[in-house]
Amino acid sequence: MKEFRIHGRGGQGSVAAAYLLAAAAFEAGFTCQAFPAFGAERRGAPVTAFVRIDKAPIHLRSQVHSPDFLIVQDATLLHDPALTAGLKDGGGMLVNSTRASEDVAKEFGCKAICLPATELAMEEIGRPIPNTALLAGFLTLTDLLPQEALAAALKDRFKGDVLQKNLSLIARAADAVPHGIWKEAEDA
Amino acid sequence: MRKALEGSQAIARAVALCRPDVVAAYPITPQTHIVENLSKLVAEGDLHTEFVSVESEFSAASVVLGAAAAGARAYTATASQGVLLMSEVLFNIAGLRVPLVMTVANRAVGAPLSIWNDQSDSMAVRDSGWIQIHAADNQEAVDATIQAFRIAETCEIPVMVCMDGFILTHTMEVIDMPDTDMIDGWLPPYEFSRNLDPAAPTSIGTLVTPDFFAEMRHSHHAAMMRALEVIEQTDADYADLTGRASGGLLTVEGDPDAKVGILAMGSTVGTLRTGMEHFSDEVGAARLIKLRTFRPFPSDALRDAVKGLDHLIVVDRAISPGLGGVVGTEVAAVLADVEGAPRIHNHALGLGGRDIPETIYRDLMQTVANPDAPAFSVFDVDLNKLQPEDR
Repeated sequence: MKEFRIHGRGGQGSVAAAYLLAAAAFEAGFTCQAFPAFGAERRGAPVTAFVRIDKAPIHLRSQVHSPDFLIVQDATLLHDPALTAGLKDGGGMLVNSTRASEDVAKEFGCKAICLPATELAMEEIGRPIPNTALLAGFLTLTDLLPQEALAAALKDRFKGDVLQKNLSLIARAADAVPHGIWKEAEDA
Repeated sequence: MRKALEGSQAIARAVALCRPDVVAAYPITPQTHIVENLSKLVAEGDLHTEFVSVESEFSAASVVLGAAAAGARAYTATASQGVLLMSEVLFNIAGLRVPLVMTVANRAVGAPLSIWNDQSDSMAVRDSGWIQIHAADNQEAVDATIQAFRIAETCEIPVMVCMDGFILTHTMEVIDMPDTDMIDGWLPPYEFSRNLDPAAPTSIGTLVTPDFFAEMRHSHHAAMMRALEVIEQTDADYADLTGRASGGLLTVEGDPDAKVGILAMGSTVGTLRTGMEHFSDEVGAARLIKLRTFRPFPSDALRDAVKGLDHLIVVDRAISPGLGGVVGTEVAAVLADVEGAPRIHNHALGLGGRDIPETIYRDLMQTVANPDAPAFSVFDVDLNKLQPEDR
């Protein structure tokens, strides 16, 4: 079983990202589970969401305490000392940031890739919602699921202009990070 | 069809499959998404029902009571303080023997104010005379919702389908949704034997004198006891339809030769299952008992389920202050006259949304080995958070 934690702020679509990743996993033939850390959500407040993906049925319902990877939607959350709590050895984090990946990797002592997802989202959809770009980047890094599975999950959730713009965004974001460099850890 | 769905979304679709004539509900966390999704189904033309927006849970319960008494299939959903605001009407619905289905998205009851999950709310109306079925996962919640209409209408007793708030309502997972044709063939149209009809006027809810009150209570209790068989039969019939049973009254899994059993209701069962996989080498395997039907209480099935056990750990997700766990106390009462019955270890855990990690299996199993462990405890309490006089 693979476990992921998504950190963001209210309004950035962290819970939607978790649902999209789970739905994409289902499209690709896996079982999945996604849920938010249950707070009283409001814009700007830290939000955490969890995803589990497996080939077998998933029974565990606790929060994710030892994630394989983190997706960080808001670089200001890097100041939270609990952000990387429980991150598995060999795990990594994908951060929505314009910083150099090496800097973040060095600061946290784990694998880290930065993707300027907000900037990409502004260019493609005109709104600072980084979630779908990060998911596309995450799939490229981990080779966890085919990009088509994410596109299928998006098609199930959005339509019209919003869908088309997001499909363009994920196509761009998928090519903005190195392919498969986290695959080994993902298979471990 | 199998699909990745959020629990609440799946419940709304399951309700729609049952073609309710009237839906009335007031949004409250963590039930809100169920009502939102139902409202969306109505707006998009996928559900043809009288959707009544009300100003409180008291009104929601009153609307569905009136609707069902007038021959309409009716549904509502609530949680926590909403259950309590409804409670007067809930007793009336059950006492009048009006069939209805309600989802409770289980949440703690304030004070202290909490929006998070435990089962204090449905426990607070334990004695209202409703059937209570607890779902361990979202598939079970969907299946129980559909079954609930048939059970309610067969027994003329309202059914509360309890699902852990957030842990199930807000979790997306893979759910096999039955299709419309399947359910249309399985759930007959609602016909109420005591339909309010202007052409044949009757009164309901009249004053019952001491000459008849005890008889009414006796008949309600007897009907609840007969419902045990209906619940089992309905689950079996549903399994014929879908190939999937939820386990009627209760189910037993795990090591059949185990001397220690763990009984739980709701979503904790899954976490215990995973915990047992990971920790049975360390603390041994257990017999897991998933209690699905809480009211009527399946006493005979429980007595069978615990045969051969030396110890039974009962997990409660609510507490009766001044006594202990509710389920634990009831299990102890049912087993009191059983020779060689297991010793009961009762623990309330996951209160007010405290996360239940898989290590809970190991921790619970270890209490059995400790002869000094109290018969009841609120588990996972950090006494350092309390003033010395409150410990």
